[in-house]
Formats: sequence, structure tokens, C-alpha cells
Amino acid sequence: MTNAQEFVRDHRNLVGAVAALSIAAILPLFMDPLSTITHNCILAGAYVVMALGLNIVVGFAGLLDLGYVAFYAFGSYTVGWFASDHFSTVNGGKGIHVVAGEFAAKLPGIHLNFLLIILVAILITGIAGMLIGLPTLRLRGDYIAIVTLAFGEIVYRFAVNGDQITLAKGATLTGGRQAISPIDSIGLPGFKEFDSAISLRAYYWFVLVLVAVVLFVNFRLRDSRLGRAWIAIREDEVAAASMGVPLVRTKLMAYATGAAFGGISGAFLGSYLTSVNAGQFQFGFSIFILAMIILGGLGSIWGVAFGAILLSFINTYFIPDVFNGVPHKLGLDFDLTVLNFGIFGFLILIVMVLRPQGLFPERRRALELTEGVTADSTFEVHAP
Amino acid sequence: MSVETATPKPVGRRSSDVVREAFSKYGLILVLLALPVYLGLSDLAKDGSLTQLGNNLVLGLSNGAIYALIALGYTLVYGIIELINFAHGEVFMIGSFVAFGLWGTIGLTLTTGPLGIALGLIVSLLLAMVVCGVLNVMIERVAYKPLRNAPKLAPLITAIGFSFILQNVGILWLGSSPASVPDLIDSQRVLFDIGGVNIHRGDVLAIAVTIPLVFLLTAFIGRSRLGKAMRATAQDPDAARLMGINVNTTISMTFLLGGMLAGAAGLINLLYQTSIWYFQGFTAGLIAFTAAVMGGIGNLKGAVLGGIIIGCIQQLADNRIGAQWTTAVVFAYLVLIMVFRPQGLIGEVTREAG
Repeated sequence: MTNAQEFVRDHRNLVGAVAALSIAAILPLFMDPLSTITHNCILAGAYVVMALGLNIVVGFAGLLDLGYVAFYAFGSYTVGWFASDHFSTVNGGKGIHVVAGEFAAKLPGIHLNFLLIILVAILITGIAGMLIGLPTLRLRGDYIAIVTLAFGEIVYRFAVNGDQITLAKGATLTGGRQAISPIDSIGLPGFKEFDSAISLRAYYWFVLVLVAVVLFVNFRLRDSRLGRAWIAIREDEVAAASMGVPLVRTKLMAYATGAAFGGISGAFLGSYLTSVNAGQFQFGFSIFILAMIILGGLGSIWGVAFGAILLSFINTYFIPDVFNGVPHKLGLDFDLTVLNFGIFGFLILIVMVLRPQGLFPERRRALELTEGVTADSTFEVHAP
Repeated sequence: MSVETATPKPVGRRSSDVVREAFSKYGLILVLLALPVYLGLSDLAKDGSLTQLGNNLVLGLSNGAIYALIALGYTLVYGIIELINFAHGEVFMIGSFVAFGLWGTIGLTLTTGPLGIALGLIVSLLLAMVVCGVLNVMIERVAYKPLRNAPKLAPLITAIGFSFILQNVGILWLGSSPASVPDLIDSQRVLFDIGGVNIHRGDVLAIAVTIPLVFLLTAFIGRSRLGKAMRATAQDPDAARLMGINVNTTISMTFLLGGMLAGAAGLINLLYQTSIWYFQGFTAGLIAFTAAVMGGIGNLKGAVLGGIIIGCIQQLADNRIGAQWTTAVVFAYLVLIMVFRPQGLIGEVTREAG
């Protein structure tokens, strides 16, 4: 065996990542810079980041989080608060600017550079993740799911009704159903400010860099001491605890890390879509992201990335563009787009029943999900 | 099960345990009472009477009766297979849709005579109960039974999937915005008042349907053969099987009962709220689930108690804090209960809550 072959065998993930990312990097050169397909790819990238974040909580640590949309909201509001004229009265109407773009520098409100925004979003969502995680520490299984769902709904309520909460004179918590808009476009030191009216490519490459970073962090985390602790907790909490895994810290780290990825992606989406609207943060979105990781394979990084891209395109391309006419052809009078959540529901239902390990399973997780399921016993027999 | 059961508890309870137990139980009761007591005092201070609070609580009671019926379905299923039937709220929603559909088919409108309305309502109640019962059994067969030995995550996820599918059935059926329904029983007419507190026809109906159903259910579970089988399966499915109980049938029957109650709740809700929406099941389901947890999941009396309490909280929040905050208030209570007293008011410590 040659050295090259050995290298490929030992660093399969690295080689795969480099290959996939380089192909993805040259892809936009073949696409119209303002086309819908470029737009859809950017959305898919943002969803990959989010799905990989949720995968840490659900896939690695086995804590079913149904309120992931909360972190999308926190991330988006970070960019809404700190990179728009939402707090227009701050600093006597002159605004606060930190390395803001040319245009934004003249506007009132707080305007931070996007790189700072990402840091702030990580901080805010990380803390939010821990705070939401705290009450679930004593709980297990489906109770965790319900508590996180409740938090997601509470955050959504605050987002929707935030326009009635006044923080200071002339500054409300959120814009409510009235979007916070416009949001500053992304300006990186050394690069020209992104302009979505001329080309979406800059956004595409930016989200690709985010995906690359998040993929790298995911692989490193999975193989780290912390990652192994997460998997141990998922497989058997009691056993993990008796082996010395600190449950509280490990779980809180899972929530915080997963939340931070959601926050990064939320901040990016807020900036890319140039608006933050409370209507985006409904429960269905949590399920949308959850469906991605179930489809791809719980706990499998490649699977989740694939699942995110697939479901994102089902949502932005296949349902509205390709199959939308199908009901009409069958003589039925409705648009397929109204059924998108039913379709996601159906997908997670059949995947979970027929192939619980997902399309690209992780070997260890697949064993957990399938073993004993077909055994001829009504119930698991628990040790007394 | 878990470590707690592995080490037997000391026979005598230490006084610190008693104090902690009392603190968590009465603490919860105090937290629950805080809202009505505060509102009552502010009413007294403002206009010297408790009428407004009384009116709120009456509406809360009848709303609570509907939540209690839904909560019983959660509690029955949880009691027997320790699973949150996430699609249960949607079963309730389908109940409303079926009843409403039947009204359209048999031509039940405001102009129908009282006898016709009464007959039509009884038929739609029965139909909604049967359809929802069968639907719930079907959900169990398709989404839960194949996953009985899988990790807890799996059936919960399929339940969510099913709940979205049913919501979309609702969208296809009646569109995606709320529709209003003919007020067949004139539910807002005041029947009588007690010291200024109005009792409407809708309130009487909600209570009058709920109470007999709850009594029938407790009698069924306490006295009948199948009820005995259900209790045995809940206690230990493997032992129950060894005793000759058909565990699968028993579980299906539990789902049937839960679905029937949800169907009844669907019809009452239709008459009471005089509106119908595909999304009604999601919110009502979560609120009813909160009720079931508040009472102590797996406990029938607890579900009814929790339903009534949560109905009152919901009504107070709707009326006094603002309807846009209601779900946030209810969920805040849910989180508080989950954290400080996951076994609920009169429940036992469960695996999840351990």
C-alpha cells in the first residue's frame, strides 16, 4: 500500500471534507450570482450549521431538544439588536459603531462588525443554552423534550410580543411581527462589504467557511474527551456517572455548544435575509432541523450534513418548484407548499419506523437504535 | 430501572425528607394560588367585589373540563407505556373536525329544531368518539408499536411526525385559518347567576358531559376485566403477560379510550368555542399535557385536577394578562412544575422525573 493510500485511509474524514468543500467552493462560479439556486445553497449551508449544532445535543448527548428554534431566535436577534438601527435612540441618537461598514457608520443604533456579532451570538446563545438546559438536568427522556419545547414557545412568545416590552425610551425588546430591518450587510476586514444586490457569491463563500469551521469543530469535539463523555451519557447515564463523567457539566456543555452553532447560523441568516421577524421562530422550525438530523442519521456528522442539505432543498426547491403541480395534476385543488410540514412529519415517521439509524448512519448509534427493536419481547426487561 | 430502586429506602422517613416533600408539594400549591389570589385582592381593592374573578374562574372551570378530558388521554397512555402521545392534541382536533363535518353532512344548522339539534349532537358526539378512538389505535399501531423496544427518543419523534401529518389533514380539510362554527347551543346565553357570577349554557354543557365521562372511565378502569388488565400492564407488562393478559390488546384498548375522550373533548370544544382551526390541537394538547403533569402523570384524578387548575390559569391569563401571553404563562408553569415537582400534585415519582 502506498503512502497516499494509507493517508486517505487514516484521514478519511479530512480527505472527504477537503474534497466536498473544494467542490462546493467552485460551484457558485457555474451559477448565476443572483439566482435562486445560489440563494437556496446559502440557506442549505446555514441549515447545515444549525443541524450540526442540534446533532451535538440530540445525536451525541441523546438529549431530545425540541426548542432549538430558541437559539435561532437568539442568534438572529443578536444581529437584529447589534447591527441595525433597532435601538435608534442609543448614545443620544448618534449610535454606537464598532468597525461598522461605510453605510452603517452613519446610521443611528448599534452597529458592530459581523465578526464581533458572531462572538456576541456565541456568548448569548451559549448562556441561553445553559439556562434552558439547567431545569432539564434532573429529567430524562421525553420530559426533556417537553421542557425544551416549552422554552422554545416562551422565547417565541417573547419574540412576537416583544414590541410591547419597552426596554428604554424608544427601544423595544423585538420588532414583533414587524421585522427588524434592514440589517447591516456583512463587512469583513480586508474584504469589500457584501452586497446581495450585485452578487450572492460572497455570502455563499462565507457560509461555506462557517460550515467548514463547524464541521472541523464537530469532528474534533466528537473525538475529544468531552465528545466521548456525551456518547457515554447517551448510552447509559447511570453507568457514565459511576465511571466519573460529571453529568451536570457535560450536559450543560452539550446544550451550550449546540446552542452556539444555532446562534452563529441565526446571526448569519438574520444578516443575509436582512430582516429578523418573530414569525420565523415557530415550533415547526425546531422540527424542521430535527427532521434533518433524523433523516441523515442521528449522531453521524456526514449524515446530518447531508440530511440538512437534502431537506433544505426539499423545502426550497422540490416542494415549491418540482412537485408543486402534482396535486393539480391529480385533480386536487391545493398547493403542495401548504403541506411542507406534513411532508417533513411523514419523512421522520417513515425514517424512524423503517430505518431509525437514518440514511448515513453512525455505526455505534445504529446499534443502539436497532438492537432489541425486533426482539420478540413486548418490553425491555429492566433490572430490579 | 434506575439506581433509586436498586438501593432500598430506609424504612423510617427522616424528618428532613418530610420537610422537603411538604415544601415541594405545598410550594407548588402556593405558586398555583398566587395568581388568582393576587388578582382577587386587586379586584377587591379596585371595586370591592370578586365578581370578575368569579366569572373568570367559571369560564376556567369549563375550559378546564375540556382540558381534563384531553389530559386523561395523555395520562392513560403514559400510565401504561410511559410514552407521551404527542399526537394526542391532534386527535382532539380531528374530533372537532369530524363532528363539524357531520353537521354539514346531516344539515345541522341554527334553524334546526331543538330536538333535531339534541339528536344531531348526540350522534356527532358518538361519531367523534369512535373516529378518534380508532384513529388513536391506528397511530399506536403505525407509530409506536414497532418502536416499543427502541430508545425513548424514537416513539416521541414518530409521534411528532404523526402530529404534523394530522395538522396537514386539518389544513386540507378546512384551510389554514380559523373558521367560525354555528353556535348551535347558544353557548353564551346566561342560564343563572350566583352572586353576580354568570353561568352560561356552554359551561353547563362542558361540565355535564365531562363529569359522567370521568366517572364512567374510573368505573371502567376500577371494575371491569379490561380495566384490571390495564392496571396490571401498567404495573408490570412482562408479569401481566405471564398471567395471560394480552398486552398488545390492552395497550390498544388504552389508546382507544384515550382517543374517545379526546373526541368528546373535540365536540365540546366545538360547541363551546364556536370556532375550529387545524392548530387548535397543538396548543390544547400542550396545555392538557401540562395539566396531566401538574396532577401527576399516570394518575387519573390528577389529570382532572390539573385540567381544572390549568383551565383557570389559562382563563386568568387570557383575561387579565393578555391572550397573547397565555401560552407563555402556561409553559412557565409547566417548567416550574417539571423542575420543582415533576411527580405533580398527587402523582408518584416516575422514571423520567427521578
